[in-house]
Amino acid sequence: MAVTQVVRSEWTKIRSVASTVWTLSLAVVVTIALGMLISALSKNEFDSMSRRDRLSFDPTFISFAGMSLGQLAMIVFGVLVVSNEYSTGMIRTSLAAVPQRASFLLSKIAVATGLALVVALATSFAAFFLGQAMLGPHRAQIGDPGVLRAVIGGGLYMTLIAVFSMGVATMLRSPMLSLGILMPFFFLISTILGNVSATKKVGRYLPDQAGSKIMQVVTPLDDDTPYGPWGGLGIMGLWVLAALLGGLVLLKKRDA
Amino acid sequence: MIELEGLTKRYGGKMAVNDLTFTVRPGIVTGFLGPNGAGKSTTMRMMLGLDRPTAGDVRIDGKHYDQLKDPLTYIGALLDAKAVHGGRSAFNHLLCLAQSNGIPRARVHEVLDTVGLTAVARKKAKGFSLGMGQRLGIAAALLGDPRILMFDEPVNGLDPEGIHWIRTLMKSLAAQGRTVFVSSHLMSEMALTADHLVVIGQGRLLADTSMADFIARNSRSYVRVRTPQRERLLDVLHEAGVTVVEAGGGALEVDGGKAEQLGELAARHGVVLHELSPQQASLEEAFMQLTAESVEYHAHSDAPSAPQWGDDWKKG
Repeated sequence: MAVTQVVRSEWTKIRSVASTVWTLSLAVVVTIALGMLISALSKNEFDSMSRRDRLSFDPTFISFAGMSLGQLAMIVFGVLVVSNEYSTGMIRTSLAAVPQRASFLLSKIAVATGLALVVALATSFAAFFLGQAMLGPHRAQIGDPGVLRAVIGGGLYMTLIAVFSMGVATMLRSPMLSLGILMPFFFLISTILGNVSATKKVGRYLPDQAGSKIMQVVTPLDDDTPYGPWGGLGIMGLWVLAALLGGLVLLKKRDA
Repeated sequence: MIELEGLTKRYGGKMAVNDLTFTVRPGIVTGFLGPNGAGKSTTMRMMLGLDRPTAGDVRIDGKHYDQLKDPLTYIGALLDAKAVHGGRSAFNHLLCLAQSNGIPRARVHEVLDTVGLTAVARKKAKGFSLGMGQRLGIAAALLGDPRILMFDEPVNGLDPEGIHWIRTLMKSLAAQGRTVFVSSHLMSEMALTADHLVVIGQGRLLADTSMADFIARNSRSYVRVRTPQRERLLDVLHEAGVTVVEAGGGALEVDGGKAEQLGELAARHGVVLHELSPQQASLEEAFMQLTAESVEYHAHSDAPSAPQWGDDWKKG
């Protein structure tokens, strides 16, 4: 079984269903539009900010504000890519064609990750430039220290969110169950844990909080996060790896 | 050639497939018969490496399924016609399967033509009727031009024209020297297509025989006789050297007898007959007898010993 054959097959699969197009377009539109809106609002608010707030004003990070919502579309993309196979019963046809389950899963995830990466990077750059345009005099330049890293990091962050979802969906198989766990996890639980002081120390090791550190250029004043931007992305990478490993082990063990 | 050896699958405490050993040979259609829930689909999934056997072994041309390079070129299977992403077109569905096994794109057009779906090749599969879905599943099975073909209940839900098409297809595939393995819960269907018969019930092998043998052994013909002069007739028949079996409801059954001869014999001795009818035990009855003890889901009826045989069975 040549891996290139399986990769080509998975590319045909992913490009031939409508959900790929609408989930990814939604991620692009929501991330950029919300980022622009919040950038515009921040520009108007800047003059009424305290000195302290102005010191930690991070125009790059503000232009990525749309990702908090846009990442949900990336989660749906990641979940559907995998769970479509199960909800339709296609998985049996697929595994009869490719009985090497590891090649099957890794090819599928490689193709979906590649596509997500291209879309996420484009989204991140667009969100940055359009967001900065909204910020007017308070904008950051792409050449400023740390800014390019943050913009590329934004693309990596969104990609990793999608890959994490693929791993979770492989373990859970059901699209409803996967979304039912991932959506509140990223949208509510992580935010709550991160904002309550007692759980803050735990919360910052969650994949999205650790990963989003890469998008910060200006460190908040009272920040005592024990990892840097790449360290945070590394923590997120470990979560993703764990989800993928869990999915792979279960896929190999289970009856299809 | 498919070889099963001691194939066993246990789900929790329940034996779905119990120590199956048989061989599916090339050049003929082998029918895989059993009531619903007998373990046919589970057996087929294990043949394709989808379910892992609890014990035992399946080999396709001497190899395990996952050792086959480009398996679709060895064995093509129709398990569940609905196992298709409804949002994908028929062409793309077949294309992704073809690509995964290095089968050229031109072959996709060929099989679409074979099953008569060329006109709807670009349509989404969710709009397909049951018959069209079945044809798409068969196209996928034929894709790699495999030497072995496997169909799980291929005629379920098809119209007469579709049923006829599938029967002809299976026979022609076997005539080309391929191995054709087809499951069904209907004996009548098997009698029309299969050359060889493997019967299972509750996961156990009940029969592995040629269709001709099965028919010869199980289709008993007899004459049913009813008379108010029972003792008199028994004497007459006994004198003539005819063996009689007592049937229920006061009727007598004469095995292998001719109705004409019996009628003349009775007339000569002045015995009144109320019924004189030639009977043929159907293959369906023979199959029911064979599987009666192993039937898992008895239909609830007033006669508990006679299970209903038909569409009202729950698919297991």
